[in-house]
Amino acid sequence: MRRLSLAFREVRHGLFRNFTMTVAVILTIAVSLTLFGTGLMVRSQVDTMKDYWYDRVEVSVFLCGAASDPVACPDGAVTDAQRQAINAQLTSMTGVVEEVFYESQQDAYARFQQQFKDSPILENVTPESLPESYRVKLVNPEDFAKVAAAVGTAPGVEQVQDQRKLLERFFKLLGGLQAVALGIAIAMLLVTVLLVVNTMRVAAYSRRRETGIMKLVGASNFYIQLPFVLEAAIAAAIGGGIAVGAIAVEKVYLIDQVLEPSFRFTAFIGWDEVIRIMVGVFLTGLVLSCAAAVLTVRRYLRV
Amino acid sequence: MHGRIPPVEHPTANSKVDAPVIQFEHVSKRYNTEDAPALDDIDLTIDDGEFAFLVGPSGSGKSTFLRLLLREDKPSDGRIIVNDKDIAKMRRFRIPKYRRKMGSVFQDFRLLPEKSVTQNVAFALDVIGAPKSKVGPAVEEALELVGLTDLADRRPTQLSGGEQQRVAIARAFVNKPPILIADEPTGNLDPTTSLGIMRLLDRINRTGTTVIMATHDAAIVDQMRKRVVELVGGQVVRDEARGVYGYSG
Repeated sequence: MRRLSLAFREVRHGLFRNFTMTVAVILTIAVSLTLFGTGLMVRSQVDTMKDYWYDRVEVSVFLCGAASDPVACPDGAVTDAQRQAINAQLTSMTGVVEEVFYESQQDAYARFQQQFKDSPILENVTPESLPESYRVKLVNPEDFAKVAAAVGTAPGVEQVQDQRKLLERFFKLLGGLQAVALGIAIAMLLVTVLLVVNTMRVAAYSRRRETGIMKLVGASNFYIQLPFVLEAAIAAAIGGGIAVGAIAVEKVYLIDQVLEPSFRFTAFIGWDEVIRIMVGVFLTGLVLSCAAAVLTVRRYLRV
Repeated sequence: MHGRIPPVEHPTANSKVDAPVIQFEHVSKRYNTEDAPALDDIDLTIDDGEFAFLVGPSGSGKSTFLRLLLREDKPSDGRIIVNDKDIAKMRRFRIPKYRRKMGSVFQDFRLLPEKSVTQNVAFALDVIGAPKSKVGPAVEEALELVGLTDLADRRPTQLSGGEQQRVAIARAFVNKPPILIADEPTGNLDPTTSLGIMRLLDRINRTGTTVIMATHDAAIVDQMRKRVVELVGGQVVRDEARGVYGYSG
């Protein structure tokens, strides 16, 4: 116990002896962990959006109607028999198709009205100008090709459209964003490690007199190195605490109060995910900082 | 001065004398393969309770000898037996315990300037986890031995060189090590002060502590008439039981 209290006295001493350096380390850790956490949040957010959207994407099988392209529909509007054949074909595809529901021209018009409530475009649209369709929900959203192959050329089908394709461009963009965010985060973590290594080197050098005497009189490696590692741990804990606070602020103000009310078409990451990220960020900072300190101090304070 | 100081109680004081406590067996040390070895096939035995001077010109291997003895470095060849154990083969984590049995004193004192005399001496016990109840009395006893009780609250910067070296000796001896290593302890001191330091080392030696001292100080060696081991080019060229400095270069 006494040894430990002496070690803590050394730590306090060390933290204050090199106050500006300590502040620099704490702030660097705070900033880089915040960026790291933000990167993780962006990643989670993109995953959440993917889940949200892919859960809702459907394959639309548009049927021929009065307004259809004559090339795709040489026989004019779809007949009842064709409609039934298409429906039967789709529902028979167990394992690929999860659910099939029919949207009539009236249904499509109602949905259109809903979507363009306040738009003048509504005046030019009639139920007859919108195609009727089968909306197909897939077991695996990537199986679009199978559906297209099965009914794409069937008589009465004008077009098979994969909504997923539309989303993929968007997600590609978000994926790039994800990569950039994580890249910055990892670079910052690297900076943190280098700064801790360098700080520990300076600390070991500035205390070489003490540590030299400690070695001579037979203090254990553990005892000599402990204050340095504790210093790194404390700096990481304070920096990590700041980062966790910053992440909470991002969740409360940025996500909950700004993004969520403005973008109603998607889900946002919840507190469970944010808390997981906070814990991960805090531990990452602590482990990296301690590991950097241990490795440096072992090298420079070897008995 | 001699008479005023109470005798020091020492664990090895009554143990068998003349038993080898340090044995160098064909010890060589090469720092660099191209250069001549720093130590070249050294065979040397130092008995328990002995006082041995290590003399020789700069670069003769004295420092290397002491470094190996303190296990700051390993020999390239040979065995170094201390207290029946080959310290070259000692596991790294055992080194601190081994060093607790060796006191060491250097030319540059190596005191901590921001600590008082008492704190400097106590430091040696604090950092090896000695219980607080033992540190106080042990420090007092050590300061009494070196005659610095009155200056216990001073800082090293407020002391003369001789006084600083006494603090260093008190620190080296506070743990009652059976072996004391002194590397040029009088190197920075004037002849009168040096003599006082030598008296102190002699007294510590009389308590049964083995003392090994590397020095350039011919006057002291000639005066003490102790065992003299002379190193030249990493080899022992002379080993006399009651020798003089003798080195003319």
